[in-house]
Order: sequence, then structure tokens, then C-alpha cells
Amino acid sequence: MAKTAVQEFTKGLWAEIPPFRLVLGLCPVLAVTTGVENGIGMGVATTFVLVCSNVLISLLRNVIPKKVRIACFIAVIATFVTVVELLMQAFAYPLFLKLGIFIPLIVVNCIVLGRAEAFAAKNKVIPSFADGLGIGLGFTLSLGALGGIREILGSGMFYGMPVFGPSFQPFGFMVQAPGAFVCLGLMLCVMNMLGKK
Amino acid sequence: MRDMFKLFIAVVIFSGLSGGVLAAIKNATQDRIEYQQLVFVKGPAINLIMEGCTNDPLQDRFKIMDQDKERDFFVGEFDGKKNVVAFETYGKGYGGDIGVITAVNLDTDEIIGVAVTTHSETPGVGSKAKTDPDFRRQYGGQPITDIFKVKADGGKIDAISGATISSRGVSAAVVQSGEIYKRLKDDLKNKMKASQG
Repeated sequence: MAKTAVQEFTKGLWAEIPPFRLVLGLCPVLAVTTGVENGIGMGVATTFVLVCSNVLISLLRNVIPKKVRIACFIAVIATFVTVVELLMQAFAYPLFLKLGIFIPLIVVNCIVLGRAEAFAAKNKVIPSFADGLGIGLGFTLSLGALGGIREILGSGMFYGMPVFGPSFQPFGFMVQAPGAFVCLGLMLCVMNMLGKK
Repeated sequence: MRDMFKLFIAVVIFSGLSGGVLAAIKNATQDRIEYQQLVFVKGPAINLIMEGCTNDPLQDRFKIMDQDKERDFFVGEFDGKKNVVAFETYGKGYGGDIGVITAVNLDTDEIIGVAVTTHSETPGVGSKAKTDPDFRRQYGGQPITDIFKVKADGGKIDAISGATISSRGVSAAVVQSGEIYKRLKDDLKNKMKASQG
């Protein structure tokens, strides 16, 4: 049963990659992935919260009374989210303006609470750290990939730089909300096809 | 009963600690956040209306207590004379408050320029209040003591087509600037003299 920290880390990157395998945390996935930069920014913010809350909750798992654990977890997570929000305002203000409301909403991202409840509360610190980092990176990669596809097709750019010639007509549908659903659905489909083999 | 008490204590300690950590971080980042907001939110608007000034209005700023509110004023230097002051007021738009920076020449009481900082108007319609230079230019060169109204209300400002409410909001903000300017003119002149050196 006992898995190594490396296994805990790598499972987040493929076997349990959050938006595609667990199909969790879809609200930010759909909302902020209009471009690579937004997607990765959101992913990094979530990873920071995941790693910090996983480590702290794992450290405190024997102190927190079972009956009020959810309230305590939320207090820990909300604290880290506010920290991220303040730091982002202080050091990456343009990104903060773009992500806006979705930063405070990391609190209710079920991936974060899910990992706290299902993993950190039952495991030692190092596996919890690895788990948080793996899931977080998986989330970041997914957001980056989705953001990349939508940005290339929807605005003809990658990371803010044009990739096609001037004759390219942007497929504007992709950067709108329905495009997010279609793109996510197709990516899920591809992931499942690859997973079957 | 004892058990209840324990749970209660645990939650109180958790929330207390979170609150303390957050207060500390907020304190530490406050100044930086304020400056970032200046640079990224007000900065573009200020630089737009103060085009051609020979100082940095974002650095050259002071505060004045106006009734119960502290207001920021940005100083513009033109032709070696610091005689332009810019400040922000708010007017009610279609989707919330519209922030408007008005720059006034202290010697002639004329508006140098007007620019929108923050707004939540409809993209492509009301948002033109920020992006359409022809709309902004109508205020330039007018005496700040004028009452600005859109033509539909019997004034002389051409409203943006389809966005009368947004145009009204900007006008109301400029009128408010006029009131503040009248109230604080003496204070402003004294401050400017002091910074003239």
C-alpha cells in the first residue's frame, strides 16, 4: 500500500490529473483559460495554496478535532488564498486584474479541500507535500494546455505573440465560454482514448 | 459539554491564528499594493491626460483631507511650471461606478483632460467612454466650474451612441471634480507652491 513520495507526485501529472481524470475544479478551468498566461497564473496560485494547505493540515492532523475538521481546513485554505491574493496584488498586479474574482474563489475549489480531506488529513507531511505539488502541477499543466489551445485557435496567438500570418482569421468562438466547454470535452475525449490503450 | 468546549476552543484558535497571519501580511504588502494600483489602474489614465509633462505625476503626488475623505492629487509639470493637478472622482454608470481622472490647470481653471480609470460598462458600448478619444476630448479646454451634461439632458456633451448612462456617469464625475476643486482650490495652490520649491 505504502507508496513513495515520487509516486504520490507523479500520479497528479497523469493518472489523477485533476480536470481530466478527476473532473474536479472545472469552474476556474473553464473561466480563466482564455490564454496561456491566465491559465498558468491560475494554476500556480492554486498549486501554492494546495501545497501550503496540504503541508499544514498534515502537520496538524492529530491536533484538529475530527468533528470540526472541515471548518478548520477551510480556515487554513482561506488564509492561504488570501495570502496569494495579497501577494499577487503586490507583485503581479496585471495578472490579478485579469484573474480577478477567480483568485478568492480558489477557496471553494473542490480540489484543494478534496486533497486536504482525502489525503493530507491521513498522511505524513512529505507524501502530503508531494501529493499537493503533483496535483497542483497537473492542474497547472491542464490549464496551460487548455489555455494554449484556446488562445492559438481563438485569437491566433500564443503567450500574447502572434503565431500565424496576418491572413489568419481568429476563431473567436474558442475564447468565449461555449468554446471552453467544447475544448475541454474534446481534450477529455482524447485523454480517455489514450488511457484505454 | 467538555467536548463541545474543546471543539469551540479549536475553531477559535484556528480563526484567531489565521486572522493574525493575514493582518501581518496585509500590513507588509499594503504600500506596495497601493503603488501597484496607482501604476496599473490610474497610471495609464494619468499619463494619457498629462501627455507632454516633464515630471512623473505618479511620484509627484500629495494627499489633502477633504471633509472626511483623504484624496490623492497628482501634479503635472508643463514648461517648467507645476500648475496642473489631477484627481479621481466617481460617477454612476450603467454597470457600477466609473472612475474618472480630471486634470485641471490651476492658473486658468481649465480642464486639461479627462480619462476613465476603472469601469464595468458594457464592452464595446459603454466601455467607449474609456477608449473613444473623441468623447474624452469634449471636456478638454472647458472651465472646470461648468456644469457638464449630455445633450439629452440639455447640456453640451455628445453622448456615446447607445451609452447615454455611461456618458452621464462621466459627466457627473467631472462635475463632482469641479465641486471638489472649488472647495480645495486654496489648499491646492498652497501645496503646489510648497512643491515648487
